[in-house]
Amino acid sequence: MIPRLTSGARHALGDAGLARRRFLQQSGALIVAFGAARYAGLEPRLSAQGINGRSSTALDSWIAITPDSRVLAYTGKCELGQGLFTAQVQLVAEELDVPLSRVTLTMCDTAATPDQGTTSGAQSHPANFNYANLALACATAREALVRLASERLSSPPADLATADGAVFVKADPTRRVAYGDLVGGRKFMLTLDTAARRKRPADWKLLGTSVPRLDIPAMVTAQLEYVHTVRVPGMVHGQVVRPPSVGATLAKVDEASVRGMPGLVRVVVRKNFVGVVAEKPFQAAQIAAKLQVSWTAGPALPPQATYYDHLRRDAASRDTYLLDSGDIDQTLRAARTVVSATYRHPFHMHGSVGSSCAVADVQPGQATLWSATQAVFPMRATAARLLGLPAEQVRVVFTRGSGCYGINGADTVTYDAALLSQEVGRPVRVQLTRRDEMAWENFGNAFVIDQRAGLDASGTIVAWDYEAWSPALGGRPGYDSPGNVVTGWLAGFAPAAAAPRTPAPPPTTPLGNNLNTAPSYVTGCAGGACNGTGTVRSERVLSHRLVSPFFTGPLRAPERFQNTFAHESFMDEIAAAAKADPVAFRVKHLRDERLRHVVRQAASAAQWETRPSPRTGTSRTGAARGRGISCVLYEGDNGYVALVAEVAVDQTTGVITVQRLVGAQDCGPISNPDGVKNQFEGGALHGMSRTLFEEVTWNHEAVTSADWRGYRTFAVGTRTPVVEIVLVSQPAAEANGAGETAITAVAAAIGNAVFDATGTRLREIPFTPERVKAALAGRRTA
Amino acid sequence: MQVTLLVNGRTHTVDADPATPLLFVLSDDLALKGPKFGCGLGQCGACTVIVRGQAIRSCITPVEAAQNTEITTLDGLGSIDRPHPIQQAFIDEQATQCGFCLSGVILGAKALVDRTPAPTDDDIDRALSGVLCRCFAHNRMRRAIHRYAASRRA
Repeated sequence: MIPRLTSGARHALGDAGLARRRFLQQSGALIVAFGAARYAGLEPRLSAQGINGRSSTALDSWIAITPDSRVLAYTGKCELGQGLFTAQVQLVAEELDVPLSRVTLTMCDTAATPDQGTTSGAQSHPANFNYANLALACATAREALVRLASERLSSPPADLATADGAVFVKADPTRRVAYGDLVGGRKFMLTLDTAARRKRPADWKLLGTSVPRLDIPAMVTAQLEYVHTVRVPGMVHGQVVRPPSVGATLAKVDEASVRGMPGLVRVVVRKNFVGVVAEKPFQAAQIAAKLQVSWTAGPALPPQATYYDHLRRDAASRDTYLLDSGDIDQTLRAARTVVSATYRHPFHMHGSVGSSCAVADVQPGQATLWSATQAVFPMRATAARLLGLPAEQVRVVFTRGSGCYGINGADTVTYDAALLSQEVGRPVRVQLTRRDEMAWENFGNAFVIDQRAGLDASGTIVAWDYEAWSPALGGRPGYDSPGNVVTGWLAGFAPAAAAPRTPAPPPTTPLGNNLNTAPSYVTGCAGGACNGTGTVRSERVLSHRLVSPFFTGPLRAPERFQNTFAHESFMDEIAAAAKADPVAFRVKHLRDERLRHVVRQAASAAQWETRPSPRTGTSRTGAARGRGISCVLYEGDNGYVALVAEVAVDQTTGVITVQRLVGAQDCGPISNPDGVKNQFEGGALHGMSRTLFEEVTWNHEAVTSADWRGYRTFAVGTRTPVVEIVLVSQPAAEANGAGETAITAVAAAIGNAVFDATGTRLREIPFTPERVKAALAGRRTA
Repeated sequence: MQVTLLVNGRTHTVDADPATPLLFVLSDDLALKGPKFGCGLGQCGACTVIVRGQAIRSCITPVEAAQNTEITTLDGLGSIDRPHPIQQAFIDEQATQCGFCLSGVILGAKALVDRTPAPTDDDIDRALSGVLCRCFAHNRMRRAIHRYAASRRA
């Protein structure tokens, strides 16, 4: 049931692609083929629902029902620890009415599975669970089986039903025929039927239930294969030598400095890429440490202490208006009250527990890469460019990694292993050091955000003005930019870059709000549509994108975490200025019913006390307690969440203790309630870590937060808040993502609770005790 | 030099530089899947093994110091068909996401409960103060540890 559970890596080569071709030629089967193309009439209604991969008219994937009533299915959406393997098995079993144990699901292997682009947290679920792809292929197959059974049982399809791998007559369930018997030795090749009907959620037996994750027994007993445990015969070990400073270029490698060291296979240099290969991993580490490499320093890094001001002054900016009603300055001038504030968010890192690892076997005419990349087909394309091979000669086999939360080092280390293997002609395993992982990964973007809002005499918001500066460099490599991560750049490829553009042209396209750049409370009118979730008509959303000194890329709730911190903290500041209850004030300015609903549900579950913030009568010494709320429609169309935080602030030490997190979430129909809860709980605590502790630091030349002493988080042995969640099920709605909703709302909920407790607003992440103390010291004396 | 290790009840002799971190020998020479390289600095716990009843960090333990003593890795506790009760508790609570940290969490908790059969939350805090889980399955993990301790007392 779990592919490649204990098998060696070589064995994995044989099981998918080759077997599939042979299977298509030989076996009797009912096969539904679907290409990774968008089908006419199936245009995605959600931005995240698209297949995200490259279209192809070729047969890209299929599901098959075999003569022994098994189901074989293939998916391009991978298990990253978020439970998607189990949920997809549930989907297949549900739509086909077979037990879970009859489903064999193969994930993310360029030799076997469809190109479904990237498996990113929020996009993974919609792609296969709505009206296309895997869900529709299963529905097509089930309807075909019912038609076949109709002849066999001499009964019209409407009188038939399916259960437990068989079709039966509803009025007489003893008259039944197993799927395998319908297939027999014959071959049925079907194409996707866009009119096939998925099961109604009301009829679900497996979907919608908390099926325990199928992989956890293997994980807790150390039987699951991770990319870190892949062993290939003849495999040797590589270690990379990164530059000592950002932007440095290679001057000289003194190979004599390591000559004769035990186990040395080769020193590898390609442009600015330097690595060593040795027989044993410890030998590789020792050789890499001893190798004398001279570098030419790059330009000095901008000082961290003044970095946010530096961003504002940077002229090389790409400016974009997402919204501009054209009247913002007049509306603000006419407002009774204007509120303004600036929010700051540092670079964050993914900080995977396991430093990234990959195994590559690059031989003439055939390269195989075992990789924890989230994007096997894009990886195939960019690795092929890096290696100078045609893409067809590269196979990428997704193999589980340490939780990535976005683009950690998994892609770059795959390039490392590939380059080294190509040079030595043997399979090479590379696992990055902690420093190489943390100092060179693609960080989540820093942001500085100015907000202004106007209130009229009745305490209603009449204008909202957002202006942000954020740096970026590189990102996901996609299909053609290996330079978007450090290894590709060292090997001579440039990061993709957007050309500077000032001033921004007026907005012409309807608001998608994919990055939650627009607040929830504006009407969002642009390009002839008003797609916002709120009521404020005078609106301006202006973004300045600068060049980052560090590589950046998607980190769980990328940019949405930063923007939502600023929007939902600021909404709280406006509510306080209007002396309004934060929940009521939000509901008053929202016009999206589902978003209003989760706000009310979270407040109700938290026994929200209706009153303005801050709480009155709190002493200015000792512990102060408060509550705060935050909400967002994730990506503008991909999951509704509201979160209440309850905190205690020690006003002497400045330490914030989050005591309780209570959320409500509506992500459409729920495939696996416990899986959603696990994601919500983890996301909420991950968000707490980022809000209270995490910050990338650097000096004049290099990242200094390159281990767990320098980059702070909290251990398993830490008392964490209770996390409660109200799951709002919407069976009739489209499936949304559930992996990045909770985290998006956390920072503002905590900051708003601190304000409620102390009357002090925190506008810079992380909320360190020093910052809290400084903010408390700035309170006006009564 | 020749190094003899007693791992999960079996004796292995390997040829290794005596300064090699124990982790590299376990995961590379012996191909065990439980202990994993997380940081190489003793800061995260992913490489944890149990030696003399203590959960130790194999990434900063030289292999020569681990000779002639029983070493238990996550692989050695139970199997998929017959998981150890603490592994079963983690299954019952669905107390993981990516699973990379589990050697540190499960073996750290097992070593604790072996010497403190009824651990308090303070005990758990101390035992797992050096173990990181970046999926933040913290609350489930704590429930699983209490469940295991309770089942052991029953």
